[in-house]
Amino acid sequence: MTDRSLILSGVLFALLLAAPVLLPLIGESYLLGLIIKAMLLAIAAISLDLLIGHGGMVSLGHAAFVGIGAYTAAIGLENGVENILVLLAMTLAMTGLVALVTGILALRTSGVYFLMITLAFGQMIYFTLTSLAAYGGDDGLTLWSLATLFGSDVVQSGSGLYFVVLGTLFVTWLGIYRISRSRFGRVLRAARDNPERAEVMGYPITRYRLIAYLIAAMIAGVSGLLLVQHAEFVSPALAAWQRSGDLIVVVVLGGLGTRNGAILGAFFIVIVEEVLGAIIHEWRLIYGPLLVLMVLFAKGGLSDLLDFKSSRGTAP
Amino acid sequence: MSLSLFLILCLNGLQYGVLLFLIAAGLTLVFGVMGFINLAHGVQYMVGAYLAFAYVQLTGSFMLAVFLSLGTALVFGLLLEYLVFRHLYGRSHLDQVLATFGIIIFLNELAKVLFGPATLTIAPPDFLSGSIQLTETLRYPVYRFATIVAGLAVALGLFFIVSYTRIGMLIRAGATTPEMVSALGVNIQRLFMIVFGVGAMLAGFAGVIAAPIFAIEPGMGDNILIVAFVVIIIGGIGSIGGAFVAALLVGLIDTLGRSLATTALSVVFDASFANQVGPALASMLIYILMATILVVRPKGLLPAKGVAP
Repeated sequence: MTDRSLILSGVLFALLLAAPVLLPLIGESYLLGLIIKAMLLAIAAISLDLLIGHGGMVSLGHAAFVGIGAYTAAIGLENGVENILVLLAMTLAMTGLVALVTGILALRTSGVYFLMITLAFGQMIYFTLTSLAAYGGDDGLTLWSLATLFGSDVVQSGSGLYFVVLGTLFVTWLGIYRISRSRFGRVLRAARDNPERAEVMGYPITRYRLIAYLIAAMIAGVSGLLLVQHAEFVSPALAAWQRSGDLIVVVVLGGLGTRNGAILGAFFIVIVEEVLGAIIHEWRLIYGPLLVLMVLFAKGGLSDLLDFKSSRGTAP
Repeated sequence: MSLSLFLILCLNGLQYGVLLFLIAAGLTLVFGVMGFINLAHGVQYMVGAYLAFAYVQLTGSFMLAVFLSLGTALVFGLLLEYLVFRHLYGRSHLDQVLATFGIIIFLNELAKVLFGPATLTIAPPDFLSGSIQLTETLRYPVYRFATIVAGLAVALGLFFIVSYTRIGMLIRAGATTPEMVSALGVNIQRLFMIVFGVGAMLAGFAGVIAAPIFAIEPGMGDNILIVAFVVIIIGGIGSIGGAFVAALLVGLIDTLGRSLATTALSVVFDASFANQVGPALASMLIYILMATILVVRPKGLLPAKGVAP
């Protein structure tokens, strides 16, 4: 299984690497914007998969951290901070801080209650963002200047931004994969499958979960920062609970706790949206039932469908 | 602030609370009895409102529309149960969230296609229009009173059914130990279906009586669904009594908060800060309440007996 999914990863990243060279040849450069969108979604989804897939912590407030990241970058830019590395540090600090406070409280609960309390914190963050009247309030904020890398505009648009996002996606993907294979990841899964036993064995599972929660939040914040560079616009809608729902859809559709699941899910959603949207205007009439059918008939997610092994038995 | 304004706010809060209870009652039973997270419960509220609109257009009578909508909402709920939800009972919560999310997307879009994206309204029936003189300076719409009374009547009826009838006993037993109820020879599948249908009908009823007060629009169920979840968490999952207390509490806090937060803040801070932060804080209040309850008393105010966490 590992070999096949590794080959798939290789193919995926090779395609993404080649896309800026190949796509302009067939005259479809707008597709690059679409791929950036899918990659940003994938980054946030990979971080959520650390929580849901490996940690068993279903958060319905993850988009709030994307929102915090985007707003930290936007507010920094509005106040004259231009260097993307400084903005990155600010984003990491801000999302980390918020995740620390909310995580300590949220991790006193588990299961459905964890889902509800993360929803509560997500909504609080959403309403906080709508109250930032100086930065657009409900309507959001269009940014007239974007971040630079020591004065260079390479991280602002076009293929420069494309490769920055691709690089971030690769580092995130590799990082989360390494984490999931490490002792830390194994403890996290042990705590997911049997918390009492993991605890009795001497692992402080709440601390492990909190660290996973912090990592996931900070990665989501980074995707928010890059989203600002791509969209040149922020609005509280980034942090709405429906966006958190979308992220769960991506992760579950792709396949929980799998190597490529979040990336496959993100590209699937963006492509389906684009293709169905091109065919009929009311594409959601097809997309909704499609989701239901996927749940009912494709249990292991997309990465399972693409794992062509016939010998795969019933999943646990 | 004058006393009469405060009284109006309390009545509005009560009315919102009653509406929330009608939605939360079905949600908490479905959640408590079947362990099923039904995100699509909110769209059943929307379906109720659109049905009322359609039947009023068709028949011209509000009362007739109410009964026709209730019947259709019930049938629609049972149909959804038969087609989709039935296959999800044994599945993980995540699958349930995903599938019901798909249903929300579908029905919101369908409402947009059938009725257009614009907001719709219907007039309250003639005999419930107008307003009552409460005190010398205070008038309150009759229709809002009627919704409070109707909601409280349904709450009372539901409480009676759950507490004193055989089917209610089975529901309570089902919420505690479904395997045992099934082993005793009760058709648990049929019980689930009844609970589900009634829950859908109650949410539809909430949509119907809300239709003349709030705007009817696609997606109107999404936000109220989240508030209904807040209610059932505060009240305790699976607990009808808890849902009732929590619904009124949330209704009052939300309504009073929206009117008073800015005023209260301006006592301590300067006016511009209060104007900026007040509305956001007011929107947050119920979530702050839920988070506090979850941290301090994770099983809710009035937890159902013996429900597994």
